[in-house]
Amino acid sequence: MSADVTGPGIRFERVDKFFGAHQVLHQITLDIPKGLTTCLIGPSGSGKSTLLRCTNLLERPQAGRILVEGQEITDPKIDLDRLRTKIGMVFQHFNLFSHLSVMDNVALALRKVRGMKRQEAEAVAMEQLGAVGLAGFERRRPSGLSGGQQQRVAIARALAMKPDVMLFDEATSALDPELVKGILEVMRDLSRSGITMLVVTHEMRFAREVAGQVVFMDQGRIVEQGKPDRLFDAPESPRLRTFLDQVL
Amino acid sequence: MPIGLQRIQETFFDPAILWQALRTLVVVGLPNTILLSVLASLIGMAVGLLIATGLMAPRRLVRFPCRFYVDVLRGLPHILTIYLIGQGLPLAGLSIFGRDTYAYAALAIGLIEGAYMAEIFRAGLQSVERGQIEAARTLGMSGAQAFVYIMLPQGIRRVLPPLTGQFILVIKGTSLVFLLGLTATQREIFSIAQDAAINSANLSPLTAAGILYLLLTVPLTYAVNNWDRRMRMAPGSSR
Repeated sequence: MSADVTGPGIRFERVDKFFGAHQVLHQITLDIPKGLTTCLIGPSGSGKSTLLRCTNLLERPQAGRILVEGQEITDPKIDLDRLRTKIGMVFQHFNLFSHLSVMDNVALALRKVRGMKRQEAEAVAMEQLGAVGLAGFERRRPSGLSGGQQQRVAIARALAMKPDVMLFDEATSALDPELVKGILEVMRDLSRSGITMLVVTHEMRFAREVAGQVVFMDQGRIVEQGKPDRLFDAPESPRLRTFLDQVL
Repeated sequence: MPIGLQRIQETFFDPAILWQALRTLVVVGLPNTILLSVLASLIGMAVGLLIATGLMAPRRLVRFPCRFYVDVLRGLPHILTIYLIGQGLPLAGLSIFGRDTYAYAALAIGLIEGAYMAEIFRAGLQSVERGQIEAARTLGMSGAQAFVYIMLPQGIRRVLPPLTGQFILVIKGTSLVFLLGLTATQREIFSIAQDAAINSANLSPLTAAGILYLLLTVPLTYAVNNWDRRMRMAPGSSR
């Protein structure tokens, strides 16, 4: 099933992941529908971040296949760097390049990976920074920004590559409470744009309002998945019920 | 003045001898010491960066020889290494620099410093957060690109103070090249002072040399400490 345009945005097929002897993912099989937002929820240590990090092979699974837009990223022969440009990622701790200006954070990969001229790359970067509400911050250093602003830069940096898929790894968990809303707002806008998103989050309200699909994981397994209303209003498994009781 | 004090003064601080020695020391010795220190440090930084990269290599076949290099050159007395390389290479027919003792001296000290600087660079490179490298890789950069554009510039910037501290050690280390026998115009501070001390049967030239070394090293030490403190306090210098 190569380059199937009508297939899912991301497909996990029987994915196993071990850290040493400890198995963190058990035979994960999951489709992430194209153009929708899928939220991964679950207690810490449930393997949801690891599953996300397998999607672009920051973690390499020991078994199983992962397909992104029909291309098998787990194929050892694939041009991994090239495929990764189609998969944007936003991290919990922003991971901005601290020695570079806001502008260069966004423009660097455009120049070095996409091969754009500086002027062209900076035009794209300006546009993306404007879209996340950071016009005028181009010359600042990451250290001079609030956490919320840093995360906006990180989002702009990922979007500048025009990815087909966006991954969010607890993008608001490291933010001060008053800054969370702004980032969720940016993510909500993005989800409406029709990009495929896979979001690991503890923000249940966001999951309920924005997700097209919610996946509940526990102990390295998918326990329940479905539409957000179904999962939140009528959880079937006791584990999801317990989890929701604790977080809501 | 009591006789004891007077003998001390004559032995170490004879004004005429001190003054005379100081002239050659400043005109010939000082530039040679500085030039030798700079040359050796440049070699040391090039070697150090290369070895540091090797120390972090995932392959044991690369990592192991680099580890060996660092352990051996840091483990040997400098005087022994300088002698082995400076005298040994030409003797063994490896006269890469002809009969230019100066070049062998710079190479020998540079190779030693490379081992120390490798550890400094490695610490700096490893202090760059893994998350930044991951971010670079997710944007499609290759491992080499992430190293060159993200890890290297930050790693080097963070170790500039300890690197300069190492340069101070190099300045003192150059005094060992007298072993190799230098021509009159090539002599650095210590060999000039030593020759003058023998010729005048008086230690005052060595005192003069000591003063010169201190004038170089003490201000540099304070500058480094200051710099280090400011870098530590600078917001976001490490995050």
